[in-house]
Amino acid sequence: MILIQEVVSSFTPQTTASAISGILWLIPALPIVASGCIALMKQPLRRAAATFSIGSLGISLLLSIAAFAHVLSGWLAGNAVRESVNFTWMRFGSSAVELGWVLDPLSAVMLVMVSLVGLLIFIYSTGYMAHDENFTRFFCFLSLFAGAMLGVVISNSILLLFMCWELVGLTSYLLIGFWYQKPSAAAAAKKAFLTTRVGDIFFLLGIVWLFAQTGTLLFYDHGTGSLEPLALASLLTQHAALGLTAAGAIGLLIFAGAAGKSGQLPLHVWLPDAMEGPTPVSALIHAATMVAAGVYLIARVYPLMQAGVPAGGVTTPLTVVTWVGASTAVFAALIAVAQNDIKRILAYSTVSQLGYMMAGLGMGGVAVGMFHLITHAFFKALLFMGAGSVIHGSHDEQDIRHMGGLKKLMPVTFVTYVIGMLALCGFPLVFSGFWSKDAIIEAAQHWTTARAPFYMLVFGALLTAFYMIRQVSYVFFGNWRGHGHAHESPRVMTMPLAILAFFAVALGAIGSPLWPWFRSFLEGRTAEFGFQGFSEPGLLTLMATSSFVVFLGLGLGWWIYGNKSPAPEAPDALQASMPRVWTVLQNKFYVDELYGATVIAFYAWWARVADWLDRRVWGGAVAAVTWMFGLFARFDRFLDANVVDGTFDKGCEELSTSGGLLASIQSGLVQNYLRILALAVVALVLILFWSSRP
Amino acid sequence: MTPLGGYLLIAVLMFAIGLAGALVRRNAILVLIGIELMLNSANLNFIAFWRYGPHPEALTGMMFAIFSIAVAAAEAAVGLGLVIAIYRHTHTTEIDKINRMKG
Repeated sequence: MILIQEVVSSFTPQTTASAISGILWLIPALPIVASGCIALMKQPLRRAAATFSIGSLGISLLLSIAAFAHVLSGWLAGNAVRESVNFTWMRFGSSAVELGWVLDPLSAVMLVMVSLVGLLIFIYSTGYMAHDENFTRFFCFLSLFAGAMLGVVISNSILLLFMCWELVGLTSYLLIGFWYQKPSAAAAAKKAFLTTRVGDIFFLLGIVWLFAQTGTLLFYDHGTGSLEPLALASLLTQHAALGLTAAGAIGLLIFAGAAGKSGQLPLHVWLPDAMEGPTPVSALIHAATMVAAGVYLIARVYPLMQAGVPAGGVTTPLTVVTWVGASTAVFAALIAVAQNDIKRILAYSTVSQLGYMMAGLGMGGVAVGMFHLITHAFFKALLFMGAGSVIHGSHDEQDIRHMGGLKKLMPVTFVTYVIGMLALCGFPLVFSGFWSKDAIIEAAQHWTTARAPFYMLVFGALLTAFYMIRQVSYVFFGNWRGHGHAHESPRVMTMPLAILAFFAVALGAIGSPLWPWFRSFLEGRTAEFGFQGFSEPGLLTLMATSSFVVFLGLGLGWWIYGNKSPAPEAPDALQASMPRVWTVLQNKFYVDELYGATVIAFYAWWARVADWLDRRVWGGAVAAVTWMFGLFARFDRFLDANVVDGTFDKGCEELSTSGGLLASIQSGLVQNYLRILALAVVALVLILFWSSRP
Repeated sequence: MTPLGGYLLIAVLMFAIGLAGALVRRNAILVLIGIELMLNSANLNFIAFWRYGPHPEALTGMMFAIFSIAVAAAEAAVGLGLVIAIYRHTHTTEIDKINRMKG
């Protein structure tokens, strides 16, 4: 929580490659290979499929931990480890397409998080998907996703990152539409794919621009990479439109890609619909890892985003990131208040928390945003898997109005879920979410450009506490209002919950002001253990404020919803008091409808125009050409029939008649021949006789 | 010595008689005989022109006539052979009945 303006210079950058960074590519490669093997397996080989994907991801986790340990030991020895392995993929003329991977604190932390959360969710999935007939296909996609995501994390080349990024998008599409028999799932998959594609177009533009300006695709390449001072300085001298430098414009384009993937306004619409996929997918992809890819991308290209100002300074891209993040945080939290689907509430909460991360990146730097990313990954995966456990235990019921009283029926799920929920709300001191969210709010407080993001984020925190307590009291308190008998989930599902719950609490320890280890690690400084972090002016007041806000939200929520067990058909307590606001919130501010009325309507209109053009104009042109050719062909046929054929036929006819005539001479009567011969001789003689006369 | 015209007159008569025989007779053998007559009239001409020609000592006309007679003999043999072969097939020697080889 201390704003350090620059990196302490005692840390020397270390760039030589070590053994672990040489085999870093194995981490994404193993799950991808496993996915390929599973794709070739027969459908009934369920156990083998699960073993393959869990085993490969387990090895990846071990390698990730080894990589992390390597970076950590370098850090403890006073070195800022950044090892990259680069190679040329192909060459066109003088420019080369280079790929590579990088091991630095950022990628090491992310590697461990992705593979650990991924592994827990894989294990959980074996329980959740146990009765699905497409179990092997599920694990094939899941492994491919994990590999692609790990590839995003270690990429040192923006092209390799983009390739993995698109693979991640593809697996997301495949997994949202996993139950493609459901029309809603198929539609949600399509929506997710197309919406993220909007951001990706801009991202691709940014990549092309960056490549054109810097001539390299690598992030770090011994001083010549695109994120290193030389390239950044040249980018700053280039001017793009609207008073932006090239660095600023490229940063904004890349942020558009990140906004698509991370569900930021106005491209957030796909993320709540993505909950049509199986719950482990929602947990892994649409809460913990994939949606964090956008945040990670911004953290990765952070030198570009803040090019031209010292650490903690304000640039146009970072301002945009901040405003978009803060607006998303409040916007999604408001919608979450009025939702009734257990997963949809969590989905909007994810959108909101991603907004927090973006705002943290924009105002506080890499460490602030990434810390919330890591803690959020654990507690949100925990919440989603808890929700999956609830859905599993209450016979595929997702509407929280038809649940209730699960506290006694599902004790393990209840305890872990409440831990996750308190972490998400930012319950003071004990839970990791408190520290990571406070770091963001503190950064907002110190932000010099505007005050509004601070108030927005505090209001968002209040809403978060409110909608989470609403959900928990609907689901776990009161009486059971669903059908059938709810039951606790099997061990294979509750064990990962317990492990994640442990992390949801424990991770706070590495980021609190008491021991700002995480931040120092990412920024390459030594961490001091002690209470001097708390002596930051205003920090204790801020902590008190945010604690107060959390308690206010929780108390308000409990006062309105706690232990009431309303009938499923009864209107919500808030709906009764302010029906108009409720309707707007429940309909998600009509964003889908707005897009339906504008973008989609425009596309439909444009499609109709294109259709009309196709039928009338192009079709007409084609028909005219056809007609012309038809005419031409008819003329040809006339020529053929009358001139060519006529000549030929006449010739043949003549030949045949003359042949007939000649044949009639050939009467077979030898004496006739002789007569003709004799007459001919006579004629010959007469001719000779007459011609020889003078 | 008989003048050349006499020989030529005889040869013309023989040729005309032979031609007439070949053209009008129905019997294939008689047609062949007509042909032989025409050949022989030609031979007579050879001899006569040789004998009254500028080089009577050169024996050219004689040689031609002897060759012609030899060829005529061979032709007559072939012709008779054909007639016999045709007769075996058709049991006739009447030449206007043998018209199966028309085009």
